[in-house]
Amino acid sequence: MKRAIVAFLTGLLFGVGLIVAQMTNPAKVIGFLDITGAWDPSLALVMVGAIGVYSLAYWLSRARAARPFFAAEFSLPLARLIDRRLVAGALIFGAGWGLGGFCPGPAITSAGFGEPKVWVFVAAMLAGMMVFRLRDRVATGVVQSASE
Amino acid sequence: MTIVNFTPLPALLGGVLIGLAAALMWWLLGRVAGVSTILGQTFSTAEGELNWRLAFIGGLLLAGIGAQWLVPGAVHFALSAGYGQLIAAGLLVGFGTQMGAGCTSGHGVCGMSRRSPRSIVATLLFMGAGVFAVLGLRLGGAL
Repeated sequence: MKRAIVAFLTGLLFGVGLIVAQMTNPAKVIGFLDITGAWDPSLALVMVGAIGVYSLAYWLSRARAARPFFAAEFSLPLARLIDRRLVAGALIFGAGWGLGGFCPGPAITSAGFGEPKVWVFVAAMLAGMMVFRLRDRVATGVVQSASE
Repeated sequence: MTIVNFTPLPALLGGVLIGLAAALMWWLLGRVAGVSTILGQTFSTAEGELNWRLAFIGGLLLAGIGAQWLVPGAVHFALSAGYGQLIAAGLLVGFGTQMGAGCTSGHGVCGMSRRSPRSIVATLLFMGAGVFAVLGLRLGGAL
C-alpha cells in the first residue's frame, strides 16, 4: 500500500512534468523531430533537465544509499548486450513516435485531456504491447523481464 | 532548417520535474521509472508487483485529467494525425518499446543518466527513426 501511494504520487509529478514540458503535445514532439523542416529544439532541453536531475540523483544513491526507502534493494535491468532485438525495437518505436507524436508516458497523461483520438492511440499501443509479449512467450517459452 | 516555437524555460522546468519524479521512484522504490516497461509488465507481473505499477500509471493519467480540469489554459495540445495514422503509430510504439525494452523515459532519461550503453544506442536509434518518420510525413505532404 505504501509503495502504491509513493508510485501514484511519482506518476502524478511525472505527468505534471510532461505537461509543463509539452511532451504531451504531439505537435511539439513532431516539431522537435522535424529537423529538416521547421525545427523546435525545446524537447532537447527537456532531456537536459531530466537527465541532469536524474544523473545527480543516481550518483548520490550510488555514493550514499545502501537501499531504497521503501524497498529491499535497487532493481536494474540485467541485459547488457546490444543485440538485434534492442536495435529493431528502438527503430520500430521511433518510427511510431514520429508518426503519432506520442511516446508511452505522454500518451497516458494526455489520454486525460479528453480527446478520443488519444484513447485510440493508447488502445493500439496496448494492443502492440500484448502482441509482442504473446509472440515472445510463444517464441522463447519464458517471459522476459530484463528491460528498462 | 528554421527554428520555430522554441520554449526553453518550460521545457527545462518540465524536464527537471520529470527527472525529479524519476529520482523519487529510484530513491524510494528502487525502480527505474520506465513507462513502457511498467505498463507492459502489468500484463504479466508477479503477485505484489501489480499495484504500484497500476498506481504509477493512474498518477500519470490523473495528471492529465487534473490539468485539463483545473488549468485548461495551461494545457497545450494539438493533434493533426487521423485515426488510421494513430492506430499504426500506437501499434509500432507498443510493439517497439516491448521489443527494445524501453522508451523515452526508461532508455532516454534513466538509462542515459546511468550511461548504459544499451540505452544510449536505443535513444540514438529511436530519435533517428523518429526524425525519418517525420521527414516521411513532410515528403508525403502530411505536414
